[in-house]
Formats: sequence, structure tokens, C-alpha cells
Amino acid sequence: MLSRTANNLYWLARYMERLENLARLLEVSERLSLLPDQTGEENANWQLALIVSGAPPAPIPADAPDRHAQLLHYLVADPANPSSLLASLDQARRNGRAVRISLTTEMWESLNTTYLGFESRWKASRRDHNLRPFLDWIRERSAHFYGALEGTMVRDEAYCFARIGTFLERADNTARLLDVKYHVLLPGKEGVGSWIDYFQWTHVLRAVSALGSYHYFYRENPRPWKIAELLILREEMPRSLLFCVHQVQLLLDRLAAELDGARACHRAAGKLFSRLRYSSAGEIIQDGLHEWLLDFLADNNDLAARITRDYLL
Amino acid sequence: MLVEVFHRTEYRYAEPAHYTIQSLRLTPSSTGTQQIRDWFVDTGHPGPLPAFVDSFGNLTHTFTQRGPHDSVRIVARGRVWTEDNGGVLRNTPEPFPLPGYLRPTALTTPTPALQELARAHDKGPGKEVETLHGLMNAIRAAIAYRTGETDARTTAADALARGSGVCQDHAHVFATACRLLGLPARYVSGYLIASDDPHATHTAAHAWAEAHVPEIGWIGFDVSNGVCPGEGYVRLAVGLDYREAAPIRGIQRGGTGEDLTVEVRVAAAASQQ
Amino acid sequence: MNSPDAEDPGPSGPFFEEMHASDGSVRKPYDQLAAWLEHTPLEELRRKQHEAEALFRRIGITFAVYTEGGDPEKLIPFDIIPRLLSASEWSFLERGLAQRTRALNAFLADVYHGQEILRAGHLPAELVLANDAYRPEMQGVDLPGGIYSHISGLDLVRTGESDFYVLEDNCRTPSGVSYMLEDREVSMRLFPDLLANHRVRPVEYYPDELLRTLRETAPPGASADPVVVVLTPGIYNSAYYEHSFLADKMGAELVEGQDLFVENNQVFMRTTTGPRKVDVIYRRVDDDFLDPLVFDPDSLLGVPGLLNAYRAGQVSLANAVGSGLADDKAIYSYVPDMIRFYLAEEPLLANVPTWRCGEADNLAYVRDHLHELVVKEVHGSGGYGMLIGPRSTRAEQEAYAARIAAAPHQFIAQPTLALSACPTLVEEGIAPRHVDFRPFVLSSGKETRIVPGGLCRVALRKGSLVVNSSQGGGTKDTWVLEPPAPPPPDDA
Repeated sequence: MLSRTANNLYWLARYMERLENLARLLEVSERLSLLPDQTGEENANWQLALIVSGAPPAPIPADAPDRHAQLLHYLVADPANPSSLLASLDQARRNGRAVRISLTTEMWESLNTTYLGFESRWKASRRDHNLRPFLDWIRERSAHFYGALEGTMVRDEAYCFARIGTFLERADNTARLLDVKYHVLLPGKEGVGSWIDYFQWTHVLRAVSALGSYHYFYRENPRPWKIAELLILREEMPRSLLFCVHQVQLLLDRLAAELDGARACHRAAGKLFSRLRYSSAGEIIQDGLHEWLLDFLADNNDLAARITRDYLL
Repeated sequence: MLVEVFHRTEYRYAEPAHYTIQSLRLTPSSTGTQQIRDWFVDTGHPGPLPAFVDSFGNLTHTFTQRGPHDSVRIVARGRVWTEDNGGVLRNTPEPFPLPGYLRPTALTTPTPALQELARAHDKGPGKEVETLHGLMNAIRAAIAYRTGETDARTTAADALARGSGVCQDHAHVFATACRLLGLPARYVSGYLIASDDPHATHTAAHAWAEAHVPEIGWIGFDVSNGVCPGEGYVRLAVGLDYREAAPIRGIQRGGTGEDLTVEVRVAAAASQQ
Repeated sequence: MNSPDAEDPGPSGPFFEEMHASDGSVRKPYDQLAAWLEHTPLEELRRKQHEAEALFRRIGITFAVYTEGGDPEKLIPFDIIPRLLSASEWSFLERGLAQRTRALNAFLADVYHGQEILRAGHLPAELVLANDAYRPEMQGVDLPGGIYSHISGLDLVRTGESDFYVLEDNCRTPSGVSYMLEDREVSMRLFPDLLANHRVRPVEYYPDELLRTLRETAPPGASADPVVVVLTPGIYNSAYYEHSFLADKMGAELVEGQDLFVENNQVFMRTTTGPRKVDVIYRRVDDDFLDPLVFDPDSLLGVPGLLNAYRAGQVSLANAVGSGLADDKAIYSYVPDMIRFYLAEEPLLANVPTWRCGEADNLAYVRDHLHELVVKEVHGSGGYGMLIGPRSTRAEQEAYAARIAAAPHQFIAQPTLALSACPTLVEEGIAPRHVDFRPFVLSSGKETRIVPGGLCRVALRKGSLVVNSSQGGGTKDTWVLEPPAPPPPDDA
């Protein structure tokens, strides 16, 4: 197939995943903001979403009376923020439109329906001062899209490129989320182990729909290294780094079988997978989780760049 | 006279380009007044460059480079035997129909000012040569030779309005005026021995114009120097305007911070034959 | 001939009705259809019309979504009542179309080579050589089969029982063939029995014929199985749906400029399995945007070096660069001369009489008769920028006269033709509406192929002669009928 088509499918999937991830983050931020203020900085909890989504600094004065609402708008629908929900959705649709004939009708309609419904849903949410139904809707729409993709798309190279985009983006998001909690949202004066620290970790788990799984696997209160293990190394977890990298590797193998053999990016994927496969949470924490995550993010990006070079240009 | 030419063009990029493609009209053809003794175009490309002969009879090579590269270097060099015939050409390859040379182009679109210029020097039928000399002198007076003020996109009308330009602009204005008077005319790129110093280096190739006069044929007019080309000139390529006769036309993808060096040396060969 | 009713401002005078002869009797090819229309209640027809619209939305759903917001009203209206052409009418048209296309291709080949027709003085050299659509870089380029217009769309109008005129030639990048195919698809679903009873010749093999034509036009160096692609300007182009439709039906890649690159004078497309050599490009991109290295150095569109590969004979373009010259409306007026000059034949299809305003005596006539003429720009298309004399006000005529005076050679004038009309389902019921017809001629140099059908456009507004979709026109399916079945063989 044309490299451009593969590239559009890859980015379509990446942006849809980004959309869902930010919606999850916003939900967590909102929950955190409902807690009694603990840092003295009123909008600290939105920082999580701002930093993880990679948004440029919000051009909103610190003393603006409605700073909270403005920040939220910035994250959801501000055209000045290329990482907003709307921006991701718009990019997803642009990429989808460009390869309309490679999508199934269900996929296109799902995507287009989300796009066309976004504005009115967001308006209603602002009017009712109720963010949750809006965020729920985004997550539902995202699930709908993946349902359409999984349920209708022929398992050919087009499918592989779309799914590779999904998992690279998801790995990137999970790693950033962990890093931000661990490194940036340092517990305030209450310190590690305080109740606020506990709530923050709980919400990180919520953000990746893993709170229940955590209890299922560990049967104890969330502890940072256990959480790190769950989100980095557990292959059963569909948002863990190991799971995502493994999927990318399997998809690349499938491409190699379907197309013309392995390329340079296959080695990079294999290397990254083995590194994760043979790591232990203890080692990672001991060497410094932050450094380890930065390395992972760089490797994950490098893998994406190699895939792009080998197939998408 | 045996003329020796060395013409190096080099592009360097701060950030590497990943694709370069160029049309090279860097190979002169033999005519009644110039004979190619030897000629090489070197781009570093392994093997011969693919080529075709264009509508005006210019041998055109296509040079492509894929993959990251931070420079492109093209050298044309060779020796050409030339003869002085008062600017009148003989036995040039003429695949393009003569009336086609009356066609205006984007760079040679007529304007009232250009029409005025042409009309003012029209001496009428039978006196075309006089007309053309008059035009050459008038354009030379109207457009002072100054580098750096015009570029590859400057039209004949712009150059005339501005009152300054380089050989390319002179040739465009001249060709436009000729066409307005019903005389087929064209743009010529080439080389010229511009100094007695055999080591003198220039930073550009030369350009002039040719007009077609009934009974006589094509005659060259180097407006910038106010003469008809003699044995110090080597014709490289012709076209309706600069775009079609440019020695190098290229496009690159990627590659920022371009630094272009051109080195042209033209001299009478040391050992005359 | 039936006259339009009193308040119809229509063509000055009567016009030819394709279903009814002047004595009110039904013309032969319409026998069955007329009876069917008579027996079918209007509500039933309206129901079919709605069904057709729903079908179009479904089939054409890809078209609808390309317009922002998925506005289904962007669909061009389809009239369910087909236009019929008898076997003998078609066979006449077919011969005329093939003849004219052969002459147009011969003209283009000549103009870009020896220019015999200019030397012979049959048409002024300036008209060709100073023409914007003439491409100097094509001079002397030899093309496979000597063909320039591989896909030609000739616009035909009818004014009487055997009076067909060519209104214009489209040799650049004629569009509309997807309507021929989709209109038929819808007809087959709406009226399977009617269609079967009429013994209508099929059109759905057009994409196969197109692919065959394109492959036959591959350069000599191409492999035995040449790679054909469709080059589109992209999803924002109004004909993108047609581009993707044809690519899909031919099984060819639909590429944009950025998907192609040139290396060593060969054209490649970027695929996930690496560069793949391209042999034939069915391009739906204008000359000006094909190659920034030649046409516009500042353009980011196009494929740099494409023309080098083309001129080196390493890739074929359909249609050829510079073929738009034949679409010029002043050059149009010389096509009958071309047919005589190149083919030594008399033209089968007539030209509409044309006054070239660039000629002084013609100009004077046009100036004095603006109120009864149609005046067009020589490079214009789509019905824009023209003056329909009988429909214009005094002031409009004066304004237009000033435009002509400023650049007379940019205009031609023609008499207002009384276009034929076909039964059409409109608000008031079934009423005659004016139609034109664009069949498509495929030429490879080895063979000429014409699928029996075409794009039939209908002016839905009462009395209107403007059939362009941009100006309120719709489309109709055109049924070319099989010759009457021969009597069954008499064998024992």
C-alpha cells in the first residue's frame, strides 16, 4: 500500500488513543480537584493533565478569577492548544478523511459522529457545569471507534499500521503518567505515604482503568513500586508498557510476514521488548524510576521514528 | 580560439537535504561557430546521468540524489573551439518552430513600457539589424548593470521599471522587445571570456539574447556588454526565457541553511590548436 | 415539433422533443417508455425518485462525506427518466465521435511536431503558438501511439431528428464519467424490468476499457504488466470522488503528488514495501501543477522531475501535457478543417457555426447581433463567463461588448441553439427539459473504444439551456438500445 496511506492510518490511531488518554486524565484531574485543597495552589491538579498531554503553557493569567474554567477550556477545546481533546479529534479526522477508502464505513461513521457531536456536548457540559458526562461520552466514543476497528477492519497491513499507532501512543502515555506522578507531583509537605499521596496514586490507577486490577493482583493498598510493576511489567495489563511494546513487536512480525521481511525497526522493537521482559520492579526503582522512564520514552520515540522511516515515508 | 571552461556549482546545507533533483543544461552543442572538443559534467553520480534533448535542442541531464546529503557539487568543464562570425549563427540545431519564438512567457510578458521601448527603435522591414542594435544600446542605457537587485523571478517589465539588473534581465527585455516587433527571439545561457587574466573567477555564468532576422538568420546580442558575441563566447543552452535555458534548475526537499557557491573560469586555452 | 408553453422564455422558437415527433406521435425508441410513463401513476414515479435519492446517498456516501459536514445536498440531482438513443442513432454518433477524436489527436501530434496544418495555412500559427494551452516543452516529444487525448469527452447537443452538433471538445481532463456509471447502477435497481425489456447496452465495463487503454499507452520500456496509477490533486478537489471511484474500479493506486518521486528519470511511488516503479499516470491534475521544476518553481504541488521522466519516454501521462490546446473554443471552430486535412474525410458530426471575435468582420457582426448570440470565452468552461444574448438585458450586453472590445481574440460567438428536450420528472409532473450529452472516447493508438453511453446533463429549470451542474443542472441515465433482434434463425 502507499506509504502515505499507512502513515495516515498510523496517525489516525495515535490521535484517537491520545484523545482517550487525555479524557481519562481529565477525569482524574477533576476527581483530584474535588479533594480539599492541600497545596495552596488552587489549580495544581490540572497540572497533571497539562504536563502529561504535553500542552504548551496555558496563556491564562494566574490571578484570573475563572482560571479553573479557562484551564479546562484550554485542555478541551482551545484552538491555541495543539494537545487539546478537540485538536486530537480534529487530527484523527483529518487523517481518517485522507484515507477514507481504506476505512470501513463503520469506522468512518464512528469517527465522524464523534467529530460532529463534540461541540454541542462540550457546550452542554459547560452550561451544566458538569464535566463527567462529557468525558464519559468521549470514552464511549473512543470505545465505539475501537469496536468498529476491531470488528470490521480486514486484518491486513492497514490494520497493523493502525494498531501499531495505538500501542506506541498508549505506551508513551502510560510512561508519562507514571513519571509525572512520581517526579513532578511530588507529595507536598505531608510527604510520601500521606493520604494525599495515596489519593494521587489511586487516581493514577484510575486513569488507566487499573484500580480494580491492582487490587486483584496485589490485594493491598496502592504502593508506588507495586504500581510501577503493574503499569510497566505486567503483561496482563492492556495499558502496561510491556503489553504495548509486545503488541508492537507482534504487529511488526506480522507486517514482516505479509510484506517483504524484517526491517531495521524490527530489531529496535525486539530490543525494547527484551529489556522490559527481563527487568524487575526492584531494579527499576533502585536505579531511579524517573531516569528509567525517560530512557523508555526516548526508546519508544526512537522505535516510532524507525517505523516511520522504514514504512511510512 | 580554443576556450577552456570550468564551472563549479556547490550547494551546502546546514541541515541535510533528503532529496535533490536537478535539470542540468550544462552541455553545449556543436554549431557552425563553435565546436566541442571535450566536455564533462560531473556530479559524483556513479555512471552516466539519464538525459533527453529538450524542445529547443538542449541536452538535458536529470540529476537526482535520495537519502540524506549535506552537499551537492556539479562541475562542468571542457574545451570549445570558437569562431568569430559577427554574432551571426550557423548550423545551430533548430528543432523548435521559428514562429514559436514569438511566444511571450511569464518572464517576458509585454507591458506598455516594453511596447513603447520596442516601437521607439523600430526601423521597419529590411532594417532589422539596425533596429536590433538600437534596441541593444537603448536597453543597456536604460538598465544599469548592477548585481544583487534582481533575481531569477524578476520579469522583463520589472527590470525595465527598476532601471537596473544583470545580464539575465537585459536578455529578457531584449527578447520581449524583439517579439513585440515580430522578430523571433530567445534567451541564451553560456560563457564569456570576460577578462585577459586566465585565472579570473566569476560567480555566475553569462546570458545574452538572440534574434532571428529574415535572410540572415539568428544573431546574438549581448546587451550587458553592448556587443554581438564573438569568439570569446560559448553557447550553452537556449529557451524562450531563463527558466528554459538555465544551466541548473533544481528543487530539494529538507536541507535548510543553503549555502551556494558558484565558480566560473573561462579563458583562452594555453595551447592554441 | 412541440412548442413550449406560452410563458416559457425558452429558446426563441420551437425545439425538438426526443419523445414526441412534431405530429404528437411517439418517436420509435420511446415506444415502450412512453407507454410505461402513461401507465405509471405520478406518485409511483415520485416514490422511485425518492428511492433513487436514497440510493445515491448510500452509493455516493463517500462523495457526501468529502464535503464538509457531510451535506447530502451536494449530490447532483438525478432524474429517473432515462434518455433513449436508438441503435442507429448511436452507431452514427459512434462513428462521428471516433472520427473527430482521431482528428483532434492528429492535430495535437502535428502541432507538437511538424506543424503541417500551420504551414498549409489552415489555421493561423498565432492561434496555436501564442495560446496559453500550447506547451512549448512538448514540442518534438514522441508519445506512445502518437496519442495526446487518451480520454476525450465531447459535448454533443441535438436540435432535430438527425441534427447533432458538437458544442465543445474536452481533451484536457474531462470529468463526469462516474455519473454515467452510477446513474446506470441506480437505474438497474429502480427499473430492472424496464431496462431488460429495452435491451439496453451495458456501460459498466468502462473502467476495464479505461485500464486497457491506459496499459496500451505504457512507454516502450515498461514491463509486460505496466503499473497504472490515478493522480489526484487530493480530497479537496471537487472531482475527488470520481478519482477514487475510477481508481477503485480499475484496481489502481490513487496517488497524490507527494506519493511519487523521480529518480534517474523514472517515476516511483512510495509504498510500505519500498519504491515501486510507475509506468502510466492517469492524471487528473492540471498541467500547471504537474512538475514544479518546469511549470512553477514555487509550487509545492506536483512531482519535481516528472516532465523529465516523461520527455525521456520513461512514463506515460494520460492525457498528455499540452492536450488542452484542443479545448480552445477558437481552435474548435477549425475542427472540421482538421478532419478534412488529416483524414481526408467529411466531418460526420457538425460544428456549431462560430464567429471568432479576433477577426474584424466577425467582430462587427457579433457586436451588432449580441442579443441573439451566445458569446463565450475561448478558455472558459462550465458555463461561466458567457453571455446568452436572448436572455440578457441591454445593460448586460453593453457590459459584455466592452469586455469583448478589450480582448476580441479571447471570445467566440455562436447562435443560440434550440437544444432538444427529454421527458423529465419535475414539480409539475413530467415535462420536457433541455439536455446535452458527453460521451467518452478512449484512444490508445492501438484501438479506439467508446462505451455506449455518457454523461447526460439536463437543465432542470423550465426553459433553461444551462445544463452545468454548477448552475442547477442534473443528470440522466442514457440508454443506448441494442439493434432490433434479428429474426430467429430458421434451422431445422
